[in-house]
Amino acid sequence: MTTHFQPPKHKSAVQLTGFALGLFLLPLLAQWVSFFEHYIDVMVFVGIYSIVTMGLCLLMGYAGQISLGHASFFGLGAYISGVITAKYGVNPWLCLILGMVISAAVAFVIGAPSLKLRGHYLAMATLAFCIIVTVIFNESTEFTGGPDGLAFIPGIAIMGCALDSVVKYYYFVWSVVLVLLFLCLNIIGSRVGRAMRSIHGSELAASAVGVGVAKYKIHVFVLSAVLASIAGSLYAHYLNFVNPASFDLFVSIKLLIMIILGGMHSLWGAIVGAALITFLSYEWLHYFGEAEVMVYGAIVLAVVIFLPSGVVSIPEKVRSLWGR
Amino acid sequence: MQEITFASQLLQYAITGLTIGSIYAMVAIGFNIIYNVTEAINFAQGEFVMLGGLLMVFFRVALNIPVIFSLPLTIMVVTVVGILLDRLAIRPLRKPTVLAMVIATIGASFFIKGAAMLIWGKNPFDFPPFSGRNPIAFLGAVVQPQGLWVIGCLVVVVIVLTLFFDRTIMGKALRACAVNAKASSLVGINVKYMILVSFALSAAIGALGGIVITPISLMEYDRGAMLAVKGFSACVLGGIGSFPGAVTGGLIIGLIESFGAGLISSGYKDVFALLVLLLVLFVRPSGLLGSVEVSKIRKF
Repeated sequence: MTTHFQPPKHKSAVQLTGFALGLFLLPLLAQWVSFFEHYIDVMVFVGIYSIVTMGLCLLMGYAGQISLGHASFFGLGAYISGVITAKYGVNPWLCLILGMVISAAVAFVIGAPSLKLRGHYLAMATLAFCIIVTVIFNESTEFTGGPDGLAFIPGIAIMGCALDSVVKYYYFVWSVVLVLLFLCLNIIGSRVGRAMRSIHGSELAASAVGVGVAKYKIHVFVLSAVLASIAGSLYAHYLNFVNPASFDLFVSIKLLIMIILGGMHSLWGAIVGAALITFLSYEWLHYFGEAEVMVYGAIVLAVVIFLPSGVVSIPEKVRSLWGR
Repeated sequence: MQEITFASQLLQYAITGLTIGSIYAMVAIGFNIIYNVTEAINFAQGEFVMLGGLLMVFFRVALNIPVIFSLPLTIMVVTVVGILLDRLAIRPLRKPTVLAMVIATIGASFFIKGAAMLIWGKNPFDFPPFSGRNPIAFLGAVVQPQGLWVIGCLVVVVIVLTLFFDRTIMGKALRACAVNAKASSLVGINVKYMILVSFALSAAIGALGGIVITPISLMEYDRGAMLAVKGFSACVLGGIGSFPGAVTGGLIIGLIESFGAGLISSGYKDVFALLVLLLVLFVRPSGLLGSVEVSKIRKF
């Protein structure tokens, strides 16, 4: 019975290996092509955002819940790592773990009451949470530096080897992404993943066959918050600077747009979406200047109306048109 | 110089709280109207309020149209925006799940916000109050005449809506959709049309709220999200789907915010309402006046 529902393991293993190989070759390619070099820096951010969107994808695509607070979990990780390493000189790895634990606890406190209810209470509760956290980042100036941000965050090192160049950090971030992607793909293929998909299909039917709907939704929400926190810590140590504007509601919406654009039912979509939106906002969208917000709104509307399964569904669609 | 006693200070906070609470109540009513028909939370509800305020500034100050004409004009324009929201963002959804609807309204709210920023820029605007700026002294506190207009408008909205839902066919059809959309379509109610009506109606109410509050608290392009969150807090506090709940919830949120800002800290003013939201979700998710069934089992 179990094999029937599982996606073919070898296929995803092949995809994963191919993807890893491509990522490995990219910086080598960049050495020869000069304008490519700068893209490695953007790709680091793509990796960081991918970690957040993978968690969000599990939450949205598989448990059917919207979160507008993931920028805050991202920020929580970044600020916990940033403040504690910069001001007290604690080991960055300890801070990363501390961030994960605190984010998980906060997510549980917010998620537990709102996920026991039907409907989209979580969306509003997390929206409220996001606004509160932004206020706290701005107001508690003695720790966070207030609106001006916190600078001089030290870098991170692996076993004494400092990650002091862009390419080194690129390999580090994308190794983390690949490990987490592998874990998430396994979750989806497992019993838990099937339970989550059944919740997305129909909560009533899922609970009728004995799936603990609220329990799974809370687990997924906590997991996604932990992933966001990891990404936040990596962000703080890469940029060596954090400010409240990097973690406000607009960022939460951007994260949401990444999922929707990429395709919320696929982890690959989460990564594709993160790449598209990160390149859009770092490289191309500043031509629009002030109209940027409007463009994001238009993207969401266009995708949700015309391409509800996101960019990753395009090959499928082309194939079905071809076959006709 | 009259001495300000603690009691009159409290009275002052109460008046301010009731004024701003009336706006939250109107936003909450707007949420409820759409929620009852579609089960979706309309994230663009706050943008209706923002648009109402800014359009009124445009008609009243830039074009200098008297209030008696510019007020209905503004409401009409925002109602059209509400109708367009349904036609362009909600109706075209091929699989109109609640999740898709919520995402569409989030996208629309960003689109409207961005458009407003391009049109009006980032500065706050206001226009002269309806009946002057001379405050009325009342038991040691002062009342802005515009504050009375705000509270009066809430009363009018409540009365008109009560009549609409009780006495007209369309209102009854909306109520039927709220109970069970599928069953209503079986008895010949056009549910898609009712969704359109619900968007138009909540846009109109949001616009009215935005118009009357702008002379007191000004209005700028990015006020929508915060208004939506507080309106939603009011909605949840009163019990989602319940109209008396929305009014009670709105006024209570307004009072908590005003007393919190006055007695505890004004820097964290916005946090109080949001803490109430989380607390209610924790302790009593059905709200003060809502029934438990509403939040747990609505659709079969």
